[in-house]
Amino acid sequence: MCDTCGCNLTPGNKHLAFKPVAKGATAVSVLKGLLAKNDDQATHNREHFDRRGILAINLMSSPGSGKTALLEATLTALKDEFTCAVIEGDLETENDAERIRAKGVQAHQIVTGTACHLDAHLVHDALHHMKLDGVDILFIENVGNLVCPASFDLGQHFNVTLLSVTEGDDKPAKYPVMFRAADAMLLTKTDLLAVLDDFDPDKAEAHLRNLANPAPVMQLSARKDLGMDAWLGWLREQLAAQRARVALGQSRRPAIQSDGVKYHSATSPTPPSPGGAQSHATRASS
Amino acid sequence: MHELAVAQALVEQVDAVIRQHGATHASLIRVRIGPLAGVVPELLASAFPLAAAGSRMEHAELDLVAAPVRVRCQTCGVETEAAMNSLICGACGDWHTQVISGDELLLESIELETTSSLPPES
Ligand SMILES: Nc1nc2c(ncn2[C@@H]2O[C@H](COP(=O)(O)OP(=O)(O)O)[C@@H](O)[C@H]2O)c(=O)[nH]1
Ligand SMILES: [Mg+2]
Ligand SMILES: [Zn+2]
Ligand SMILES: [Zn+2]
Ligand SMILES: [Zn+2]
Ligand SMILES: [Zn+2]
Repeated sequence: MCDTCGCNLTPGNKHLAFKPVAKGATAVSVLKGLLAKNDDQATHNREHFDRRGILAINLMSSPGSGKTALLEATLTALKDEFTCAVIEGDLETENDAERIRAKGVQAHQIVTGTACHLDAHLVHDALHHMKLDGVDILFIENVGNLVCPASFDLGQHFNVTLLSVTEGDDKPAKYPVMFRAADAMLLTKTDLLAVLDDFDPDKAEAHLRNLANPAPVMQLSARKDLGMDAWLGWLREQLAAQRARVALGQSRRPAIQSDGVKYHSATSPTPPSPGGAQSHATRASS
Repeated sequence: MHELAVAQALVEQVDAVIRQHGATHASLIRVRIGPLAGVVPELLASAFPLAAAGSRMEHAELDLVAAPVRVRCQTCGVETEAAMNSLICGACGDWHTQVISGDELLLESIELETTSSLPPES
């Protein structure tokens, strides 16, 4: 059996493979995640991190929610405690990387050009430009975008999603794919809560729970140094947990990521399913 | 948007299967896609011809099967249908649920042509 699809054949779906459908035609059951190649690269990246005991955090949000400002405040607070490094994917320019370097922290800027998300290959290329030995925490600032970045595993251990209080507390309901992927949700710019009357942190949290997401919610202001202790404490806790995992030869993936094993059990190989899967076909002829 | 990247990944995977089976081309590609996968079926459908141009699947039909969102409740154990932004249990209302369908982005099956019977070139 071939290595592309053979691994996905189980006793339950085996009969579907190589079923002749017409003379000269063969139906092949594949059952493989479309982003499998990215996921393989992400697993490889995670091995790079785990080998060195590095905790890797992927920061995602809309543009301007305060990812870089949070990093600046975090790196200042942790400067005597840990060695941090940053991969910047947020802008086409070197601006964000320079803001990080101004803190005396190693930063590599991925120039994504028009790309709207980072993928595992871009991150791997970046790793080859960095000095990883001795790094405790690697932050990856993803492209400001609440849609695409959620679909691409980079090899991080945690997804941290920022929601600034100027954006509206219903963002988790509007971008469920992104907020379902969050291992922690940070409500940022809380210094502005006093002048905004339409952002309710409890509502934001309720929308997150509606996505069946148990992630901790932390409120902070990086600019006014409010609520930073809970976030820094969470980072310390996760770094300790990462070191304990590495000592046991274990790793961790973000809570929600595409997962081939899960697909096998969750997907019935013979649509339509009882839920009424609809199908629409598109001709791809040019 | 990232649908072009997804379409390119699809073309790569299908091409590998075509090669491994010594087929000449693919005639039908079935992808199962849930709303929580973060990929818009219509955008994937329009990106596919761009990614497939000149390949051994450029004349293939892309069949996108929409997977329903379903959750299993960890509190009452019942499986119910859900909306993509409200994954709570349809039976008891608890939010401690697990998505059992609706976040897949899966190359499900391919029909391969093993003899050369390409449609006439235009
Ligand atoms: N009032 C306030 N403004 C903030 C805070 N954090 C960031 N900002 C501002 O929000 C804007 C975007 O911040 P930036 O960190 O570049 O966002 P990014 O695009 O997510 O990296 C800048 O003008 C920041 O000064 C905060 O805690 N409070
Ligand atoms: Mg930034
Ligand atoms: Zn095969
Ligand atoms: Zn490597
Ligand atoms: Zn994208
Ligand atoms: Zn229930």
